[in-house]
Amino acid sequence: MQITSVSFLLFAAATLLVYYLLPQKVRWCFLLLASLVFYLCAGVQYLTFLLLTVLSTYGASMLMDRNLQKQESYLAQNKESLSREDKKEIKGKTKRNNRIILIVCLVLNFGVLGMCKFLLAEPFKSLANGGFLSFLTLALPLGISFYMFQSMGYLVDIYRGTDKAEKNPLKLMLFASYFPQLIQGPINKHSELAPQLLAGKGFDGKEFSFGLQRMLWGFFKKMVIADRIAVAVLALRGPEFTGVGFFLLTLFYAVQIYADFTGGIDIVIGLSQALGIKMPENFIRPFFSKNIAEYWRRWHISLGEWMKSYIFYPISVSGPMLKLSKKARNKLGNFGKRLPVYVASIATWAMTGIWHGITPNFLLWGMMNCFVIVVSEELTPLYEKFHNRFGWKEKKWYGGFEILRMFILMNLIRIVDLFPNVGEYFRRMGSLVTTFNFPILWNGTLMNLGLSGTDYAILGGGIALMFGVSLFEEKRGSIRQNLWEKPVLRYILVLALLMVVLLMGSYGIGYQASNFIYNRF
Amino acid sequence: MKKKIALITASVLIFAVLWYCLQALLMPKYMDNKEGALIGEYYDNAGNNDVIFIGDCEVYENFSPITLWEEYGITSYIRGSAQQLIWQSYYLMEETFQYETPDVIVFNVLSMKYDTPQSTGDQEKREAYNRMTLDGMRWSKSKWDSIWASMTEEEREKEAIYSYVLPLLRYHDRWSDLKQEDFTYWFRSPAPVSDNGYLMQTGVKPYTTEHPEPPPTSYELGENSWYYLNKMVELCKSKGTQLVLIKAPIESPKWYPQWDEQVEQFAEENDLLYINMLDCQEEIGIDWNADTYDAGLHLNVYGAEKASRWFGKVLQEKCGVADNRSDTQISALWAEKAKAYHDRKAAMEAQKNKETL
Repeated sequence: MQITSVSFLLFAAATLLVYYLLPQKVRWCFLLLASLVFYLCAGVQYLTFLLLTVLSTYGASMLMDRNLQKQESYLAQNKESLSREDKKEIKGKTKRNNRIILIVCLVLNFGVLGMCKFLLAEPFKSLANGGFLSFLTLALPLGISFYMFQSMGYLVDIYRGTDKAEKNPLKLMLFASYFPQLIQGPINKHSELAPQLLAGKGFDGKEFSFGLQRMLWGFFKKMVIADRIAVAVLALRGPEFTGVGFFLLTLFYAVQIYADFTGGIDIVIGLSQALGIKMPENFIRPFFSKNIAEYWRRWHISLGEWMKSYIFYPISVSGPMLKLSKKARNKLGNFGKRLPVYVASIATWAMTGIWHGITPNFLLWGMMNCFVIVVSEELTPLYEKFHNRFGWKEKKWYGGFEILRMFILMNLIRIVDLFPNVGEYFRRMGSLVTTFNFPILWNGTLMNLGLSGTDYAILGGGIALMFGVSLFEEKRGSIRQNLWEKPVLRYILVLALLMVVLLMGSYGIGYQASNFIYNRF
Repeated sequence: MKKKIALITASVLIFAVLWYCLQALLMPKYMDNKEGALIGEYYDNAGNNDVIFIGDCEVYENFSPITLWEEYGITSYIRGSAQQLIWQSYYLMEETFQYETPDVIVFNVLSMKYDTPQSTGDQEKREAYNRMTLDGMRWSKSKWDSIWASMTEEEREKEAIYSYVLPLLRYHDRWSDLKQEDFTYWFRSPAPVSDNGYLMQTGVKPYTTEHPEPPPTSYELGENSWYYLNKMVELCKSKGTQLVLIKAPIESPKWYPQWDEQVEQFAEENDLLYINMLDCQEEIGIDWNADTYDAGLHLNVYGAEKASRWFGKVLQEKCGVADNRSDTQISALWAEKAKAYHDRKAAMEAQKNKETL
């Protein structure tokens, strides 16, 4: 069930209606049922993967919790007789036992995820297609990366003692399978999402209205912009598009991926908001970033947070890293001090790349991001000297330049997504400085990309609207909040947007509507 | 609270009105592609027909109900549509019985060569043909079943069922192709394009050479086709209507002897009248130099009148269809229809002559 389909709209409408008609206490049960129905619609065979994650997470969390309970009760009973060292040893033993449980569960789950991703990558796909693993190759199970990362994050939190184990397996299942997030995240923290899912919050007209408005905005971005420009992106991937054509591809893909990702997230967050569930923001106008660190604080935030909490920090404060830090500091000075952070960054970005796909281009994408981050960090003193000398930092035009620079840089890195053949990516990148085929901008080439003049006009208007709203929200906060006090204008705008989606959306027969790009992760 | 309810109700109403207006504007009016308008024209003419023709272009291009009336006093209507498939014919038949119970239903068997929507070839065209048959039907269980039986794989994948219920979802992007006729007939129906389901053509283009076509993948008519033909037999039996199978006197697309034998055998087993009019071309008097407007694919009005004159005799002699010309009420109604038919014919001939000059 695609979330831009009529079936999904009907499903969402029925879910909202029944959800609010039911008593608060049982709403979470209904939400679980709806989530399972949604999941089953994707294919009954994928339920096995979900159950495996939920049951293994539940079992591991219960075992860890039992160990912690045992430890606590033993320590409480023998409070007086145990020395400080004894207590430390008991705690250490529990920690070691729990670590084993955690590692087993992580290996099992990430092993399954890795196997699915591995088997879906060419040329391994063909191996599985004909072989005994063919049952895995239908498609990547819906939302597997999201629910697995979310569940594993929860388990690490239990291990760290920053979250409490959920005793009811059905409640844990709801946390993992809550249907809006299965499509493309965000990756939620158990301590933040689960209490809301279980609370069954009462109906709030304003939140409900905001939620529906946000969904509509998401449909606009996905159906009017992303799915329309996708046709041209596909055409521009052809080997003949080098130089200016390739640069155009980076721009078109930036629009497509932004509208697709943020559109999907708007639908997910909007539906949750209508259900009274507040989800964390996953994208905060990333194209207004002035440097890469800021960009990654605004783009796919929940994945970045997850990677930081569960990969970057554990590696950077691990024993070997602390040793490396000590040694490197003595030999390399300040750079040595930062070295463990860079090593942890490399591991984190490699993992982030693999999360997106197992083909070499995604690994390269991760490494390029890491490279830019490290270089930026190392050049910081140089930048400071430069700015102190010229004083441009405070100028408005320089802010604009920084935004544009970051936009183009990230476009050039991001585009590697589309080139599983890394050599081809470098060939096209090279063409940017060797091929200056500007005439393709006016010689009719643009009209042969599968888009008509009307399509370009719609895209132009749509992008301008998207940019205008982003600019407004960057300066003055939520547009929905701003419109709340102006009901007439709000109704007119909502109705107009609804009509635009209805009449100008790329859907139905004759359109190749694509899945949300993040579906495939 | 009252204010909120009023506001929500008003919003829903405004949205519904907008939806209705947009849908009415964007739905095709089929002024150029007239075949799309045929199915919807039946309902104003339902109720008193002794004979109903059901099938593809081989019925709506090759038989003239007005000739049947003028020559034999037979009241008839053609429920034909472009590339109508057998399940669509069956559901149209089922729907027809909701409006009337004719003495005879004539079904053209050419569509039996298609066993599934996929087997018709170009799926984009297939979807367009589906729309031409299905959009014009009034809502009923028959229409619902016909949609489900007709949808192509792409239509199923894209949940086109919703767009049959709410056609705006299908035609939402026609706003860039709107013509004057869309505005002219926004809220009113255009004049009928057919004469009791017959789509008149007055042009002449002689049939001189065979139209090449690839041989069929199988000479066995498909299971699905037999399933629906059997359903037609049962339905007609239950309603006391005589089912007549025909193959119109058109040589292209080909009707293979192997298919003919199978249908003949079926007709024999089920005590049905089956007439392959390909074998009676001489008797009918078809002149392939003058009686076709598209080099033998369909008859023009002169050929259709000849075919109807011949077939009317069969209907009366073999099926016992009554002559209604003594009924003044029916005669008055059909006189009007005949006048419209002859006016149309004269106008089209005048236009043709003008173009020739």
